Amino acid sequence: MLRCENLTQSYRSGTGMLTVLQDISFEVAPGEFVAIVGPSGSGKTTLLGLLAGLDRPAAGTVRLDGEELSGMDEDQRAALRGAKVGFVFQAYQLIPTLTALENVQVPLELRGESDASRARELLARVGLGDRTDHYPAQLSGGEQQRVALARAFCTRPKILFADEPTGNLDQRTGAGIIDLMTDLNREAGTTLVLVTHDPELAGRARRILRLADGRLVSDTPA
Amino acid sequence: MTLRALLRLAWREGRASRRRLLLLVAAIATGTAALVAINTFTANLRSAITVEARGLLGADLLLSSRSVPTDSLRALADSLACAGGSPCRERATVTTFGAMGYIPTRTGVRLVRVTAVEGAWPFFGEITTSPAGSWPRLQGERIALVDPAFLTALGASVGDTLALGELRLPIAGTVDHVPGDVGIATAFGPRVFIPGALVPETGLLGFGARAEYDTYLRLPAGAAVESIADSLRPRLRPERVRVRTVQDEQRSLGNALERLGRFLGLVALVALLLGGLGVASAIHVLIRQKMETVAVLRCLGGSSRTVFALFLVQAAGIGLLGSMLGAALGLGVEQALPRVLGDFLPVTVTPSVSWPALATGIGLGLWTAVGFALIPLLGVRRISPLATLRRPYETAGRPPRDRWIAVAIVALMLSVVLMAIVQADSLPRGLAFAGGIGVAIAGLWGAALLLVRSLRRWFPHRLAYVWRQGLANLYRPANQTVSVVLSLGFGTFLLATLLLVQHNLLRSLRVDGGSKRANLILFDIQPGQAAGVDSLLRARGLDPTPAVPIVPMRIQSINGKTAQDYSRDTTDVDGQPAGWALRREYRSTYRDSIVASERVTAGRWWGEGSDSAGAPASISVEAGLAEELGVSLGDEITWDVQGVPIPSRVTSLREVDWARFETNFFVVFRPGVLDRAPQTLVTLVRVDSASERGLVQRAVVERFANISALDLSTVQRALDDILGKVGAAIRFMAIFTLGAGLIVLLGALATSRAQRLRETVLLKTLGASRAQVIRVAVAEYLALGTLAALTGLVLALGSAWALAHWLFETQFAVPAAPMLLLAVGVVALTAGTGIWSSVDLFRRTPLDALRNE
Repeated sequence: MLRCENLTQSYRSGTGMLTVLQDISFEVAPGEFVAIVGPSGSGKTTLLGLLAGLDRPAAGTVRLDGEELSGMDEDQRAALRGAKVGFVFQAYQLIPTLTALENVQVPLELRGESDASRARELLARVGLGDRTDHYPAQLSGGEQQRVALARAFCTRPKILFADEPTGNLDQRTGAGIIDLMTDLNREAGTTLVLVTHDPELAGRARRILRLADGRLVSDTPA
Repeated sequence: MTLRALLRLAWREGRASRRRLLLLVAAIATGTAALVAINTFTANLRSAITVEARGLLGADLLLSSRSVPTDSLRALADSLACAGGSPCRERATVTTFGAMGYIPTRTGVRLVRVTAVEGAWPFFGEITTSPAGSWPRLQGERIALVDPAFLTALGASVGDTLALGELRLPIAGTVDHVPGDVGIATAFGPRVFIPGALVPETGLLGFGARAEYDTYLRLPAGAAVESIADSLRPRLRPERVRVRTVQDEQRSLGNALERLGRFLGLVALVALLLGGLGVASAIHVLIRQKMETVAVLRCLGGSSRTVFALFLVQAAGIGLLGSMLGAALGLGVEQALPRVLGDFLPVTVTPSVSWPALATGIGLGLWTAVGFALIPLLGVRRISPLATLRRPYETAGRPPRDRWIAVAIVALMLSVVLMAIVQADSLPRGLAFAGGIGVAIAGLWGAALLLVRSLRRWFPHRLAYVWRQGLANLYRPANQTVSVVLSLGFGTFLLATLLLVQHNLLRSLRVDGGSKRANLILFDIQPGQAAGVDSLLRARGLDPTPAVPIVPMRIQSINGKTAQDYSRDTTDVDGQPAGWALRREYRSTYRDSIVASERVTAGRWWGEGSDSAGAPASISVEAGLAEELGVSLGDEITWDVQGVPIPSRVTSLREVDWARFETNFFVVFRPGVLDRAPQTLVTLVRVDSASERGLVQRAVVERFANISALDLSTVQRALDDILGKVGAAIRFMAIFTLGAGLIVLLGALATSRAQRLRETVLLKTLGASRAQVIRVAVAEYLALGTLAALTGLVLALGSAWALAHWLFETQFAVPAAPMLLLAVGVVALTAGTGIWSSVDLFRRTPLDALRNE
């Protein structure tokens, strides 16, 4: 499903080059649930960005569902994301001027589909069937993240990337979100890649990739 | 905290948002530049008029009248200027009248202003001619000098022979500049200068011809010109001789030009106020974004006063920098103003720095920045240190009312009124202007709010996604949609109002309009020539209107009371007839029917026949004049018709549509009593082609030299030209307000940059292509521009309609093409600016969405 080889990323910083990721290789099978863990600054988010095609690596390759990302231009990668990838962010990243339903519809709309039934269905599935016309500011943090989950699943993605999805939520709400995510994952057979520094959350995954100082230090089943 | 420490902290704090603050600096600079430019220009103009004052009149004293100076007036003039010595070289006489000028060997003829000079006028200032030094030749030789425009109009050149009535003179040169002359004056008729002694040879100043006789005097050195003029005025008024001095000339000229300058200055003030509005709006948002900074500062022990002072210092810095920059810019713009206004200027204005104008500009700029920033800044004091721990929701309830904010708003409003009064240099005009601005801003604000709200209320859900997303973006939290729409709308409003007023004024003055309306007026026809003119015109296949008689007359008395009686009677000033209405010459007619351009509003129109012998003649008076004269139905007016008293009685009042270029009259007599009075006739005719019009005029003038012809299309061109130039001058200033609006837009874009960046990369992360992201932005800015253009246009239509309806009293029409062009221009400018400032956002990679947490 997802394969990266010798992935390296570095940024120009002040006088020299700062290497954030070095020589990372691994493979994720379809339907797998993988957690990427590591302390702050270990390169987790950078790795996630490269895997999802949000950025280009300095060296190495990423294949997503059989497609080589580095050969694509930005719009091609955007189209690939729209078709196969879902995202959940720590800060929810909803568009404040759209209602919950409209937010869920955005990825479909970008593909030119305006049918709202799938979005409604998913909002009902995450327990927000009665709040479709609310704006993000009218929803609590947990509710907003559930909208974000519905948005992530509405295109039936093959792979879902989640970046600290419970980071802004209290423990109970966070646990509810993870339950929802794993349920949806199971129902749809989606591959799940989760970035977190929460050991408990990582424990829910079937496999843990551990990063330190930009290197992959361990790859163990949970 | 010491001031020094405060300044240092303010500097450091502002460092991060320098780009945004610089845009605020630019917003203040634009208005200040406009203000400094126009005020410096006005100051320079004033000093130029003072320097050239004597040259403006060309003499110390001017005695002017509508009739040939009497011997006693000449004697009086000589006694003043030359102490009676003869011949008096300190007196010059200039006779001015309209006539048809042509070149016998060429086609074409032109109505010219003949200026016949006798004596050494001008005594001060210099008339420049080419070839140089031709002017004195007028005093002895049989030559003519002409305006270059005359040569251009007839395709003639120096050396050709000029025909004026019976007189033939070689054209010896052109007159390029006469002191005190306004370039645009020649628009209605080029001037021709001839020796005064040759006037009788033209044979033109016969009965009924209008001419102005000016006697210019140079008084002995040290003479008290003003007191001499004051003592002459009451003596000469009954003889209808006007007395003017250099000071009068300077005053009236200065007043007229200063009024234009003041008006333009007020437009500049609008630009500055819009900049202030932009500052207020940007600071409002900036403060919301700085809540955390403020809260941290408070946590670290800063008092609410210190924090408030910190941001106030920043605002003052913006104001100072902006106004200084603007002042420097304004001095540059000032160099361009003489070019824009050149045709209205009787003097040469040399650009130089006017310190008072500079100081006023900087002061107003600084105050505008601080005053407008104050209102949102006061909110800083209420930010609690608790905000470091807890971020309130955007939609948290309205904050409690702050007394100081109300005080600040009132103070700001008062200061705007004060600024308007200072700029207008008059209390009522300043108040009226401030009121006008208030109404306009309130109207624009209301319109902007209404449009923005109704778009949200009736959101077009059926549009394609990118459009819906773009429109929704207008309502993002902390949006400045209303203030951007307001400030861009104001520029649009001003420009559109100008266009509309100009269009409607021109339309109402469309004298050559309509395919059936007459476009050539022949006047000064002597009664014996009327039949000849008529047959001449008919022979050319034309259909002239019946000749209308004109009888010149003056008022001798109203209800037995003469003008002298009125001026002696100072007890009842209010009920007195207006002086001008008493003294003016009336050119009245007589006829038995009413014409299309008039309507009886009181009394009854007379039937056929004439008044019974011995009874006063029945007259119909124009309603406005009746009011000025204080007469109503049944009142008796005795007229002086060439020395013969003619009693009359007002039997009806009429309303006259003066805008129609037809033969309209203040006073119409019932036929009978005037039939044999000395009179001239006027006839109107429609001649379709311009070349045929030229031929007809030429044919008439060659056969009847005394008849003048007025080609209305020439008048139309002159009107178009003058209004176009006034319009250009005002537009030049209005552009500044549009510029200020654009800078407010840029400021708003800079303030919402982080948010727009987040939205852009989020959409990309969710699979949007760059083209889709750009389309969303285009939709947003197109919508913003459309809202601004609509707001401005709607209000402009309202105010222009009001102006047309109540002030100019004309029918209102909307020129669709220019309005559409303006709207498209504003929309394109807004969208262009928005897209241009967002180009780098489109390039950002979506990883920023993850990073910017």
